Amino acid sequence: MGMVSISNLKKTYGDFTAVDEISFEIEKGEIFGFLGPNGAGKTSTLNMMIGLSRPTAGEIRIDGIDVKAQTKKAQAKMGIVPDESNLYNEMDGFDNLCFCAALYGMRKEEREPRARQLLEQFRLKEAGKRPFKAYSKGMRRKLTIAAALIHSPQVLFLDEPTTGIDVESSRQIRDMILELKKKGTTIFLTTHYIEEAERICDRIAFIAEGRIVTSGTVPQLMESVSHGHAIQFVTDKNIDSLPVDLQACFKGSKVTVRPDHSLVMASDQRIPLFPVMEFFHKNIVEVYEARELRPSLEDVFVKLTGIESSVLKKDKEKGGRQ
Amino acid sequence: MKSWIAFWNILKKDVKNYYLKPPNISWGIIFPLSWTLMQLIRSPGGNILELLPGLISMSVLFGTTSMLAVTITFERSGRSFDRLLLAPINISVMVLAKIAGTILFGIFNAFVPVIFASFLIDLGAVNWGLVFLAVLMIAITSALLGLLIAVSAKQVFEAQTFSNFFRFPMLFLCGLFIPISSLPLVLRPVSFCLPLTYGTDILRGAIMGANTIPPLLSFGMLFAFAMALFLISRRNINRKWIM
Repeated sequence: MGMVSISNLKKTYGDFTAVDEISFEIEKGEIFGFLGPNGAGKTSTLNMMIGLSRPTAGEIRIDGIDVKAQTKKAQAKMGIVPDESNLYNEMDGFDNLCFCAALYGMRKEEREPRARQLLEQFRLKEAGKRPFKAYSKGMRRKLTIAAALIHSPQVLFLDEPTTGIDVESSRQIRDMILELKKKGTTIFLTTHYIEEAERICDRIAFIAEGRIVTSGTVPQLMESVSHGHAIQFVTDKNIDSLPVDLQACFKGSKVTVRPDHSLVMASDQRIPLFPVMEFFHKNIVEVYEARELRPSLEDVFVKLTGIESSVLKKDKEKGGRQ
Repeated sequence: MKSWIAFWNILKKDVKNYYLKPPNISWGIIFPLSWTLMQLIRSPGGNILELLPGLISMSVLFGTTSMLAVTITFERSGRSFDRLLLAPINISVMVLAKIAGTILFGIFNAFVPVIFASFLIDLGAVNWGLVFLAVLMIAITSALLGLLIAVSAKQVFEAQTFSNFFRFPMLFLCGLFIPISSLPLVLRPVSFCLPLTYGTDILRGAIMGANTIPPLLSFGMLFAFAMALFLISRRNINRKWIM
């Protein structure tokens, strides 16, 4: 059994099913990402996993402990970073960390050095004596993560860890997540940033309408949809008239023109370069660049979930404005 | 030991963050003083000793119910309350820690009119032990009532509205302004369903020797109210906050 084990988890609110019988496992030291648009069921799943919401059906185990039956015992093993930084505005950074440590029963002589160590690790040493309300968004997020790590949890839950914060803080947070993984911490994170999931997760699950559409490592996910070949040709002029002729010459291919003087030729078979180049030469078209196109994780997501990437981008914009 | 560390730190945090803030200290002093002056102006020839049980009760009731309902609703709306729900401490310990601060605030409120009165009259005959126990029990039941309101309210203004919905009828029905024997027959049973009725009666006995209910029965009733409110609040927290 993995460090986190979820089986047939379901959550309904009246007639609405927020999470629909999902199952997955996370191994010790693994980073598992939940990728989906707003309202897909990411936070509902996370809330059940951390004991803030009761499942309608199904089972959640953290290091073998049944979260439903022994919520408090399981919570002692968890570090939780909610989607909103929820520390105490009136308290300074150091006091916030010490208070969170006290909630886990840490004595003064344990919590104070640990709080100092985390402030240093998160580059918040100088800000440690400033009230939380005076922190920037990135600093708030970093201190919230530090608070979740105060008792050195075995499993860290992060809900949209980099949403709405600056690039530099996002980068620091991603580095820190990878650092924690090296130390053996198991990490579950939800995100609607495809690049973030791709960059840091060992495995990703696509979630839409409360269901896990698919899950796997990034190469596995890519492989699951890449059943063809595509080459992009960058040319010197407008080539609107060429696709029909090109498709006629190369049976089974599909050609689309892009607005940046380039066209994409897709086919189920491998595309032989030389005949295509000859075709361009005959039509007095200079080719500056030819590159093979592989599907991005975004393409895989769109193909498998049926959700347009623009939906995720809108969520991203909303997150950025928050 | 771990629970005790969590309890003590929640209490310390609440006292520092909320109850020791200048606006709340001034509220804790000005509010009971205003009640006292209002009563003295209303009946200039009135006996201060007779007014004292009512003033103490009102100060505790208003101090505790408003503070707890507002602070919890405030923490809920900022989601910092989730930290307490997600900590590996028993919900009962967390509830007790949250109400402990407000009980202390209520006790502080209660003694403002007493200090004020001590400058005007001789309080030598007052049974202070009984007064303290009554104040403590009124503060506990009022704090738990505040908690019950906090569990039902989503916003701070809702908490304030709900608080008044309970507090004002309670003031008029607990025998403070109108003796229970003078209330319409239909309202008298309601009076005996209010914790403040018993608290005020103990205070009357301790200050003037004029209680109408045996003190032991009053303490028993207050204890029963406290237990019932604690269990209902705990159940409601489990049901409404861990959805």
